[in-house]
Amino acid sequence: MAESRIVLHFPKKLLDQPVISTAVERYKLSFNILRADITQDQEGLMVLGLEGEPKSIDDAVEWMREQGVRVQPLEKDVTRDDERCTDCGACIVVCPTNALAMDAQSREVSFSADKCVACGICVPVCPPRAMSIHF
Amino acid sequence: MSKTYEEINAKIRSGDVVVVTAEEMVDIVADLGPKEAAAKIDVVTTGTFGPMCSSGAFLNIGHSTPRMKIGKAWLNDVPAYAGLAAVDLYIGATEPTEDDPLNREHPGEFKYGGAHVIEDLVAGKDVRLRADAYGTDCYPRKELDSWLNIRDLNEAYMLNPRNAYQNYNVAVNKFADRDIYTYMGVVKKGLGSANYCSAGQLSPLLNDPYYRTIGIGSRIFLGGAQGFVYWQGTQHEPTGARTEGGVPKGGAGTLGTVADLKQMDPRYVVGVSFLGYGVSLALGLGTAIPVLDEEIAACTGVSDADIVAPIIDYSHNYGLNEGKPFGHVSYADLKSGEIEVEGQKVPTTPLSSYVRAREIAGELKDWVQAGKFQLVEPIQSLPGPDNSPGFKLFNNRPVEEEGGE
Repeated sequence: MAESRIVLHFPKKLLDQPVISTAVERYKLSFNILRADITQDQEGLMVLGLEGEPKSIDDAVEWMREQGVRVQPLEKDVTRDDERCTDCGACIVVCPTNALAMDAQSREVSFSADKCVACGICVPVCPPRAMSIHF
Repeated sequence: MSKTYEEINAKIRSGDVVVVTAEEMVDIVADLGPKEAAAKIDVVTTGTFGPMCSSGAFLNIGHSTPRMKIGKAWLNDVPAYAGLAAVDLYIGATEPTEDDPLNREHPGEFKYGGAHVIEDLVAGKDVRLRADAYGTDCYPRKELDSWLNIRDLNEAYMLNPRNAYQNYNVAVNKFADRDIYTYMGVVKKGLGSANYCSAGQLSPLLNDPYYRTIGIGSRIFLGGAQGFVYWQGTQHEPTGARTEGGVPKGGAGTLGTVADLKQMDPRYVVGVSFLGYGVSLALGLGTAIPVLDEEIAACTGVSDADIVAPIIDYSHNYGLNEGKPFGHVSYADLKSGEIEVEGQKVPTTPLSSYVRAREIAGELKDWVQAGKFQLVEPIQSLPGPDNSPGFKLFNNRPVEEEGGE
């Protein structure tokens, strides 16, 4: 079993299509919707966690691409500007998944992209604005 | 046995000085005791890096042709104070951009302000100056719109009314039914977070609790430059409760500081935005404490376990000057990541960077060892517990009809 977190962009024409349910049924995957929005230009945006056989996940992603969905891996979407981060720690308490955490000895703030669910709460909370979210 | 400033400075000049950071001094004093530590160590360096709202910079931009007595001025659309001579300006750290939506859509983001202007100047970036004036016979110009760079300014120096608070509150949110947005960051509802802001055992005034070696004229590290203390900071209040070791149990002493902006490093001068609150300047400050005697050695050996801070509710009590602290907690406990408040486990979150505080104390140590930073005996001491100027709440005398007294 593997787990993969992806960002899906649905063009307007697909907004009323059951793309996700078809994909998870067809490729025998379980899924967890981490975030879902419809943006101003009426594009659908979804952050999705997929669990299943690695090949099935790849095939499902490929199938969704064929339907016209743009798919990106999640970890590329929240980034930290390490030069801008001062290791203050103001983000620690708002991060719901401990993707942002402080090392007890070094007092450095670490960012683990694999734990990040791209909720974006840290972005405006970070005082020097070192965090950014890109979809 | 005691040492003098002159003896220590002679060692700095000859390269024989023994310098440690306040963090290193904790174990030295614990192992050797204050007497032996005083004999062995000459200088202890401190550092802190955190938001210091009461900061700003004076800029003299030089006279334009034709000349202008600036009436109103904006730097990257942030208003600067111009109620001085013709081309002197003061840019305050917390001033937001003029068209900032502020908290109209709460919580506001406060993306740019005076602190960011100061950071941009220090980083050598061009800043847009717009100014207007009513015009006089001697200063005929009425408008100006120009790029400005720090290298072209006559003077650019930071002059901060209040820095380096000796200890600070721990903010919690007990009464609001939502997270609150404060200068202490986002404080989570239901005692969901405890937000603190001090370098603790590395902090300048916590290592010299009675201001024996810091006063008017003291040389300091400010924003990467060498600067000075010019006065006690505003709200300097040394009379509050202290621990057995003499360390204030809450906000107490403060410093008024000055240094050349042109010598600063943007690593230690960072514009910051507090969601729903406003703009501030995260600033690096450090001191070099001469270990004149055993008592000073003991003070600089203070550790996070010896320093406590009051836990204050920021959802109601702080804003209304009501209530009492929910007790005190040590910085050692705060740094463990979790404290207990009213029987509840509360995760902690800092606002002041210990990593950068450590870096500043280390850099200052290098400067002293390299003979680049000599110590200055204060021209005048800061007020202590016995001669404090006092700390008053505002005396509100509502104006109903005409005239005062």
